[in-house]
Amino acid sequence: MTVLAVTEHRRGKLRTPSFEIITAGRDLADALDAELHLAVIGGDVNGFADRLNRDGVDAIHTVAEGEEFNHDVYTQAITAMAEAHDPDALLMPNTVNGLDYAPAVAGALDLPLVTDAVDFDAEGTLEVTREQYGGKVETTVDVEADAFALTIRPAEWPVAEGTGDAEIAPFDVTIDESAVRSSVEGFEEVGSGDVDITEADVLVSVGRGIEEEENLPLVEGLADALGATLSSSRPIVDNGWLAKNRQVGQSGKVVTPDVYIAVGISGAVQHVAGMKGSDTIIAINTDPNAPIMDIADYAIVDDLFDVVPELIKQFGGQAPS
Amino acid sequence: MEPMSTKILVTVKEVAEVDDEFEISGLDVDDRYLEYDLNEWDDYAVEEAVQLSEASDDVEVVTVTLGPERSEETIRMALAKGADRAVRVWDDALANAGLLDATTKADLLAAVVEAEEPDLVLTGVQAADDSFGATGVALAERVGFEWAAVVNDLDYDADANVSSVRRELEGGVEELTDVEGPAVLTIQTGINEPRYASLRGIRQAQRKPLDVHTLDDLGLDASVADSPVTLTSMYEPESESDAVVWEGSPDETADELATFLREQGVVEG
Repeated sequence: MTVLAVTEHRRGKLRTPSFEIITAGRDLADALDAELHLAVIGGDVNGFADRLNRDGVDAIHTVAEGEEFNHDVYTQAITAMAEAHDPDALLMPNTVNGLDYAPAVAGALDLPLVTDAVDFDAEGTLEVTREQYGGKVETTVDVEADAFALTIRPAEWPVAEGTGDAEIAPFDVTIDESAVRSSVEGFEEVGSGDVDITEADVLVSVGRGIEEEENLPLVEGLADALGATLSSSRPIVDNGWLAKNRQVGQSGKVVTPDVYIAVGISGAVQHVAGMKGSDTIIAINTDPNAPIMDIADYAIVDDLFDVVPELIKQFGGQAPS
Repeated sequence: MEPMSTKILVTVKEVAEVDDEFEISGLDVDDRYLEYDLNEWDDYAVEEAVQLSEASDDVEVVTVTLGPERSEETIRMALAKGADRAVRVWDDALANAGLLDATTKADLLAAVVEAEEPDLVLTGVQAADDSFGATGVALAERVGFEWAAVVNDLDYDADANVSSVRRELEGGVEELTDVEGPAVLTIQTGINEPRYASLRGIRQAQRKPLDVHTLDDLGLDASVADSPVTLTSMYEPESESDAVVWEGSPDETADELATFLREQGVVEG
């Protein structure tokens, strides 16, 4: 029996989910009494394989094809690898790039696919724990199949440690270049500019609860009164109300201030990924069950439009009318 | 030479949003606590397609929805925003199937793609309810289209049928990629500013074609809904919160927070 887990790198560096997927893969392999194999595709495959050779890894298959991720290459390479090694479970990271090939690989191999697992139990029938309705509920999804594909949410499993004794070997695959119909032309860092929210000691962060752009000065007023820096969750930037350099979260900045005050932010997993390392988290939100409450140290369960003006007053400011 | 015409197919899902307070009954949130709306990601996909159709002649925007009759209100909203016509696929076999996984949805949408032969398919990155985030790429694989996932900028060359896109990666990095058509692009929020439907648009939407197809119409049978993936339970996660909750009126809670911040030395005064 084999569990095949796919690793991820970008611009010369392995990404953290690559080490988390070893932990998840080992759990799954233990439950299935299987070997854990890793796939390393593109870039410095030998250097990557050495670093991925951690406790619990049995074999590492490398495909030295291209420098950067290309989903056509990944899809072909993983499909060929799965056909050769016939894994019982195919594990992939639920990252932006993972979601760019996992459904295609599952389709090509005719495997059932469950994405964004936060937990699983593979003793007997595979039971996958997922979230639904933006994290308001959890679900269990059963997969009744001899083989399956699963993508796992980043930061749910710890990174694997130690040094393994995996067999590292190139996997021989011929990529059909005519089926590579997308090409990566480059990368661009976005979100630089006049302010660096990662440097701030205190962040006042605004979310969807602010409702309208014209209400934004209220939260700006709070940031000013506190001498804090203003940041936001994704919807505020999507709406064009604040610049991208203010965005905290998976696709924005990862921040670790002394104090993070989340104003009208529900705490979607992508947002939490960007701010959970803050020393003290304070949430102001009407919903006592909002996911932000799970990581908040202090909370006010009330309407921000009532609380924030009072706060500004406390610091000698004047709430905008 | 005849002018090239372009057809864009946009997937439109009606999703349920859950109230702050709710109860679960069986395998779903009780319907009393659900409100139905156009999936936020699909709203951006519709807008992107409509903007492409406004920027050049001869672009037809067709929406496709897997959903019961109830979803027609949402479909009309997409039509009111500027889509030209709509296709809705539903069947008793689907209503009774429970969870529709990515494979089933891809098979259903593939039948529509094969009938419509679009040049470009736009889907949302994910649906706000079950958030599998897999349908678009699964569809592309199924119909042999090229694809790109999590697109937050699109420059479409209709003559060459090439999409130059930006894919929004983690950590504020964007990948610039060229994608040969026909292609499926999964659209990320923030790519544009979705419009509100105008009153005129809403009136016009009532007269736009909305075709309903059963499995039989699409040359499929009930086995398309067969899946080894089944939903077996839904529950409210146990709160992991150990937050200190400051209670009281707004001026009292604000005073607690202010005192805390002063004690922490975060702010002076």
